[in-house]
Amino acid sequence: MTKKKPVDKQPESGVTRRGFLGSVGAGAAAVATGVTSRAEAVPEITDPEEMVQIALKINGRLHRLLVEPRWTLLFVLRERLGITGTKAACERGECGSCTVLIDDRPRYACLTLALEAEGSEITTIEGLLDGEELGQVQQSFVEHDAFQCGYCTPGQIVAAEGLLRANPAPTQDEILHGMSGNLCRCGAYQHIVNAVTHAGENRKDGGGS
Amino acid sequence: MSDEHAYHIDGAVPETPENDPDSGAWRETNVIGTRQPRIDGYERVSGTAVYPQDVSLPEMLHGAILRCPHAHARVLSIDTTEAEKMPGVQVVITGKTPGADMPWYEGRGQFHGHLFDEICRYEGEEIAAIAAETPLQAVDAILAIKVEYEVFPFVVDDDKALLPDAPAVRKGGNMVGEPRVRERGDIAAGFAEADVIVESTYRTSCQIQAPLEPHGSVARWDGNRLTVWDSTQGVFGVQQTLAKAFGLPMSNVRVIGHYMGGGFGSKLETGKYTVMAAIMSRMTARPVKLFLPREDCFTSTGYRPANTMTVKIGARSDGRLTAIEYHSLGSGGAYPAGAGTSFLAAYLYTCTNVRTEDTTVHTNTCKERPMRAPGFPQCAWALEQAMDELAAKLGRDPVEFRLQNILTEFQTDSRRSITSNQLAACLTEGATAFGWTEAKKAKKEHGHLRRGVGAAACFWGYPGGPPSTVIVKLFADGSANLNMGASDIGTGTKTWAAMIVAEELGVPLDKIRVEHADTATTQYATASGGSKTVPSDSPAVRAAAIDVKKQLLGFAAEQLETTAADLVLEDLTITSRSDPEKKLALAEVERLDRRGLLMGTGYRDPNPESKRTYPFAAQFCEVEVNTRTGEIRILRFLGAHDSGRVLNRLTYDNQVFGGIAMGIGLGVTEERILDGNQTGKMVNANFHDYKVPTILDVADDHFCHPINIPDNEFNNTGTKGLGEPATIPTAAAIGNAVADALGVHAPVAPLTPEKILAVLGAQEKEA
Repeated sequence: MTKKKPVDKQPESGVTRRGFLGSVGAGAAAVATGVTSRAEAVPEITDPEEMVQIALKINGRLHRLLVEPRWTLLFVLRERLGITGTKAACERGECGSCTVLIDDRPRYACLTLALEAEGSEITTIEGLLDGEELGQVQQSFVEHDAFQCGYCTPGQIVAAEGLLRANPAPTQDEILHGMSGNLCRCGAYQHIVNAVTHAGENRKDGGGS
Repeated sequence: MSDEHAYHIDGAVPETPENDPDSGAWRETNVIGTRQPRIDGYERVSGTAVYPQDVSLPEMLHGAILRCPHAHARVLSIDTTEAEKMPGVQVVITGKTPGADMPWYEGRGQFHGHLFDEICRYEGEEIAAIAAETPLQAVDAILAIKVEYEVFPFVVDDDKALLPDAPAVRKGGNMVGEPRVRERGDIAAGFAEADVIVESTYRTSCQIQAPLEPHGSVARWDGNRLTVWDSTQGVFGVQQTLAKAFGLPMSNVRVIGHYMGGGFGSKLETGKYTVMAAIMSRMTARPVKLFLPREDCFTSTGYRPANTMTVKIGARSDGRLTAIEYHSLGSGGAYPAGAGTSFLAAYLYTCTNVRTEDTTVHTNTCKERPMRAPGFPQCAWALEQAMDELAAKLGRDPVEFRLQNILTEFQTDSRRSITSNQLAACLTEGATAFGWTEAKKAKKEHGHLRRGVGAAACFWGYPGGPPSTVIVKLFADGSANLNMGASDIGTGTKTWAAMIVAEELGVPLDKIRVEHADTATTQYATASGGSKTVPSDSPAVRAAAIDVKKQLLGFAAEQLETTAADLVLEDLTITSRSDPEKKLALAEVERLDRRGLLMGTGYRDPNPESKRTYPFAAQFCEVEVNTRTGEIRILRFLGAHDSGRVLNRLTYDNQVFGGIAMGIGLGVTEERILDGNQTGKMVNANFHDYKVPTILDVADDHFCHPINIPDNEFNNTGTKGLGEPATIPTAAAIGNAVADALGVHAPVAPLTPEKILAVLGAQEKEA
């Protein structure tokens, strides 16, 4: 039932089919920061019963595992690897709770197949920690109380991190557009703007993430 | 809604004993009132907080629920044969499964039907549940269940439920009891006395709580002991329901709700999904995780009802109100539930002659659940716009007109006084901080953009109260544990509770750990909802800390050979007032050192008798209406709030802005759309078509102006609630601002571009 996935090396940078699929759903920050992408050829159809062996590089660590082709990156992160900082809330690309960075760009993990993510650097909220220390955006979210229940928060923080990696000094308008792909039902938006603005200022001044 | 039955919990409420009467109100504070980041901020931003949906147990199965696709139907047969053979399936349950054929109660033990009902009264009623090895297998298997339905006619629109040809949702017709009437004075005489009268009909649409964490639970049995991780606003109500459902002693049911991803009232009651997870877990002897897909959260977990409200208000030429008549129609769905809104209309303004009537009808929709200030924002939408209409007719400034008429006491026959009422300050200080007078005079037309400002006022009708029991443990090393049952639903409960301990005992915040929301390890607390967690639980926290302090000073007094009254605790050092040479560091208190810890218990004292307590608020906003597209841009919002003493200014601001965001949803973007003609189904059960406000939809700038005056007569922390009043006047303020911009009120919320363009079109026709 298993086979080795045919080697399908992704280009090192720039445009991939992952980029295309990701940007359809996620990408609010990517759009806002001026990153563009285009479609590649449609991949061959895979038998849904078949398990495929893949290797995912998540937060710098390589995970080898068997996946069903239909499994999303979100499903693999949460249900197969137990990396639950990434939240599942709509599972159809509408709320942003599952935002992760794929090669530095914010992507909805629920709209990204695990297969597609192979060969990329995947960063989740846990990957923004430095050991036990909070990363700069995380710290800014705490200081500015940029959350309430906290469920959308990992997605918000990862989206902000992606925005700042592409654009270290965003304007208020760029922040609003960059963060507009992430719903916060508690409505902590004003504090999110404050936190991202502050994190951006810190980064500009030379602080790392 | 009324304060008598809002935010009930499942089952009886235990009382808590009285505290030792002790120190009065705080005079000066060092920690309380400052801006403190949350003590669980690290967990919430790092991804390490374990929400119920993150719980994963060895051998855990994944559940899914099959729901009725029809608005009204009878289940004729269910064939699960194929589903049972699907890969990974471990158990399938229906209403015929022994152990799953149980009755279902909601609220205060009202019979609600059965866990699985043969008659399905809304799209989303539960038909069967499955547990399988993986989530995808469970969903696959659900699709393999074959159900035959006899489909009945339905009615889903509240304004059609009482038409003569409307199908009956339940035996006995579509009226839910008799209309609820509140009446005082003589309404006819009041209108006869009036120089000016306005009468208008307003409507709000159905708003859905839509918390980001879906509804769901994980259940595990160990013999006859049940443990449940639930995304809930109150673990103790869930414990009571489960104990009753399975005939277990309370001690054998442990419900854990350390983190939860939002509720807004939809997670106050126990969900059927929780019981189903527990049944399937018991049958398979494996843990079961059952979380609802987003679509089910939209169709089946509650909402703020749509309401049609007619307001008639009369006033003398001097501005004094002479009569208020108010009628509201709404539906709480297919099961007994209230959709009344009139409380605010009956009591916000001083008026001798008032009559309000709430009509609630059944429709083929799921049961409403008390969404953030149930009834109040709808009423404010109608009442506060009608007040602006009246002010315009009288040629009065809307803020000043309100100031003339706001309540000064609770106007029932007994004329109860209110413990503290800073509504006038909310209006005047809020208006000043907002720059109301200047903004009102400013130019409205800016090309195709028109600007307007609006204000609205409110109170919230539920003060909170007993019971609450809290334990504080002080360790000899100067750190502390705080143990309380309340859930922190995102409102910062743990943080203000720690701040109170820090204030009383001098323990720094980073040395306080809070255990909460676990029925096995913490004390009973009512569910977190209704803006009552702060006013209900903060006094118990303070009482527990004071209890610790008393014992500590008692020990120190023995050791220093003085009296406790002579001692003062500051920075974890105990010093004699009469002889400052006599002092002890905490670690030097011998009896504390020998015991290792000191434990104090605090209870919530009763509310003052014969008085009422309400939080108050006034909100102000400026909008810009694009007359070409019909879009509304909200330029700024200011919330001026009387919620008594401010505990944590940082989370207070956040709560106000969050309430405003949800009110913007009600006023401008959110609307459940049901297919009333053909299917009775919800057609926008997803975040793409149901528009929860994004960061681009809220105001460009938010301001919070607390009227930070403690209500010391109400409780020992001087606090009142904030979560609900933060959202009550918001939509109404937007409605008034849009009317200020356009010169006419748009009566139906949400104010989508189509509705604004319709108003502008009608204006053009007239002109």
